[in-house]
Amino acid sequence: MNMAPQLVGYPALELENLHKSFGKAEIIRGVDLSVAAGERHAIIGPNGAGKSTLFNLITARFPATEGKVRLHGTDLAGMAPYEINRLGLSRSFQITNIFPRMSVFENVRCALLWSMGYKYSFWKIVSRSRALTEAAEDILDQINLLNRRELPAGVLSYAEQRALEIGITIAGGADVIMLDEPTAGMSHSETDYIVDLIRKVTENKTLIMVEHDMGVVFGLADRISVLVYGEIIASGTPEDVRADPKVQEAYLGAALEEEH
Amino acid sequence: MTDLTQTTAARSSIMPQVLPWVIALGFLLVMPLIFTSNSALTIMNQMAMTIIFALAYNMLLGQGGMLSFGHAVYMGVGGFACVHIMNWDAFFGLIPLPVLPIFGGLFGMGLALIVGAFSTRKAGTVFAMISLGVGELIAACSVIIVVFFGGEEGISGDRTYGLPFFGIEFLRQIEVYYLVVFWLMVSAVLMYLWSRTPMGRMANAVRDNPERAEFLGYSARWVRFYSFVASGFFAGIAGGLFAINYEILTEENLNLTQSGAILLVTFLGGAGFFFGPIIGAIVFTLLQTVLSLETELWQLYVGALFVATVMFFPGGLAGLLMLHAPAAKMGRLSHLAGPYAKVLFPGIIGTLALCCLIELTFHLRHASIGDHEMVLFWTTFNTHSPVPWLLFGAIAAGGLWLAKRGAPDMAEAFHEANVMKGAA
Ligand SMILES: Nc1ncnc2c1ncn2[C@@H]1O[C@H](COP(=O)(O)OP(=O)(O)OP(=O)(O)O)[C@@H](O)[C@H]1O
Ligand SMILES: [Mg+2]
Repeated sequence: MNMAPQLVGYPALELENLHKSFGKAEIIRGVDLSVAAGERHAIIGPNGAGKSTLFNLITARFPATEGKVRLHGTDLAGMAPYEINRLGLSRSFQITNIFPRMSVFENVRCALLWSMGYKYSFWKIVSRSRALTEAAEDILDQINLLNRRELPAGVLSYAEQRALEIGITIAGGADVIMLDEPTAGMSHSETDYIVDLIRKVTENKTLIMVEHDMGVVFGLADRISVLVYGEIIASGTPEDVRADPKVQEAYLGAALEEEH
Repeated sequence: MTDLTQTTAARSSIMPQVLPWVIALGFLLVMPLIFTSNSALTIMNQMAMTIIFALAYNMLLGQGGMLSFGHAVYMGVGGFACVHIMNWDAFFGLIPLPVLPIFGGLFGMGLALIVGAFSTRKAGTVFAMISLGVGELIAACSVIIVVFFGGEEGISGDRTYGLPFFGIEFLRQIEVYYLVVFWLMVSAVLMYLWSRTPMGRMANAVRDNPERAEFLGYSARWVRFYSFVASGFFAGIAGGLFAINYEILTEENLNLTQSGAILLVTFLGGAGFFFGPIIGAIVFTLLQTVLSLETELWQLYVGALFVATVMFFPGGLAGLLMLHAPAAKMGRLSHLAGPYAKVLFPGIIGTLALCCLIELTFHLRHASIGDHEMVLFWTTFNTHSPVPWLLFGAIAAGGLWLAKRGAPDMAEAFHEANVMKGAA
């Protein structure tokens, strides 16, 4: 927020006429969106609007029925998730998606391997690398899980698993971070903590976040897009979106009332 | 934070990691001095080869989450290739025998490269079914491609035609034993180290959650493929050792029975731990060799043991051992000795008596007419008199009843030994 996003210049992520149908049901119905580099962009909308589906299309978890996704100008068509990740895009999941039988430390370490250049190597011993261990410990420190490092990730509490989910997502040092409802199911204090964490780790990065908690959205986002029934009905600064009558009608009025 | 950094530094000290390997090596070197007979050497060779094969198999099952029903073909093809090399005088005369297993490994790896290229695209059922199909296919080839597989009688060679190795011609079983031990140590250390590399760690990650691994920059498919190829290599090494030890390979080395056996060995030992397959291979080979001399029904007992393990200890024998790690760390294993003995002692006696009943039944049904005598535990019994039946029946019932009675105490003792002091 120290610089106006439109000044950063080129877009980090561009969606062009994106469509997705599951069978007959069209869930994403022509989404155009441009997220500038360095921007914190929130996507809000009612349950079932297609927010997670949009994330899944961008990261190639599902193929799009129609339309284009560009990351830093590169067309992502036909790429596998791992190829997209290597281009510097990393995401978290609404439903926690970790390595349950591996230790917390190993979860984070695995998330670091590719970006630290280890690739498919089988001639290096992971525990011998001081840099790797320190990087993993640094992430664990940030997500407050250092004292859980040797536990299997599957036995962590829900909030701890959510924190680990974020830790895994940011570990690889991607410059575009996508978080799907990072604070869902967390208490107030946990939410505050996670918001601070997100703010800290996405410094100078591009953040795209799906979030239901309006406090989090308005506190964190530079720009907001509102997705309703697979279409973006409004996109702009928090003030613009808050004032937009269409948004008031379709979604925000109800959501804001719920808040108070 | 500071004390954590210190423990990390302490953990990276090399000594505790090397110690188990040194002990294992010492043990392997001393074994033939204790068990000097040729049959003991044969058993130990068989054990060592099974260990290598099971460890290779576990690179797939335990570490990569790939259930293969046809892994014997990689060991088998490695073995067949080595026998062919033994018979190729012009070449075999130039290489020392201890080098031969590398060729087995390369052939196993070559086959794994081909098969893995399409079988590792998916894990789960698809992988399992392809492994089964390919296993069956190659086993069937053994009677079709007679040049390579030698048809029904297989192919045989002579290991002593190789270049003498420091004057050793491997005429004696003990020389072969040390060759096998060398390869056992090399393979086991390499496979262990593999599990500590980025590849090995990501194999675990892909096993746990292939989708998430893909979002971290790794192609689950390539991770599986590399594991598969490495596993094929070590299986081929085991095959090469088999060729050296037995000097003959047949269709039996490729078929589904063999593939099923290695799955059983690995599961029995415990796929979740690196050393699990080692335990499995030792126990299985002992049953296969020693028990099979005692009774024709040995496979029945192995099967029962397997089923019991899968049902009650899904972590296998290694998992069972590791259940006791917390108690051992707290120095409380001695508290368990009493309650365990109260269950295990009558339990084992009862189970043995049950086995005797099975043996009696088998003898009754299958012995030639008029043959009423059988020896059980160094005692001759008349199978047509009620005495042995009543005796073993009573012992079985009594033993198992005592074991069952002691079980709650044992469970409680186990629970207590694992509870942190002050936590309760
Ligand atoms: N794989 C799928 N197959 C069929 N339908 C799907 C699939 N994934 C999502 N849908 C449908 O698409 C619609 C949008 O789902 P999506 O998860 O994207 O919503 P969302 O905006 O993330 O909602 P929430 O706020 O509840 O997370 C839902 O009606 C859902 O049932
Ligand atoms: Mg969602």
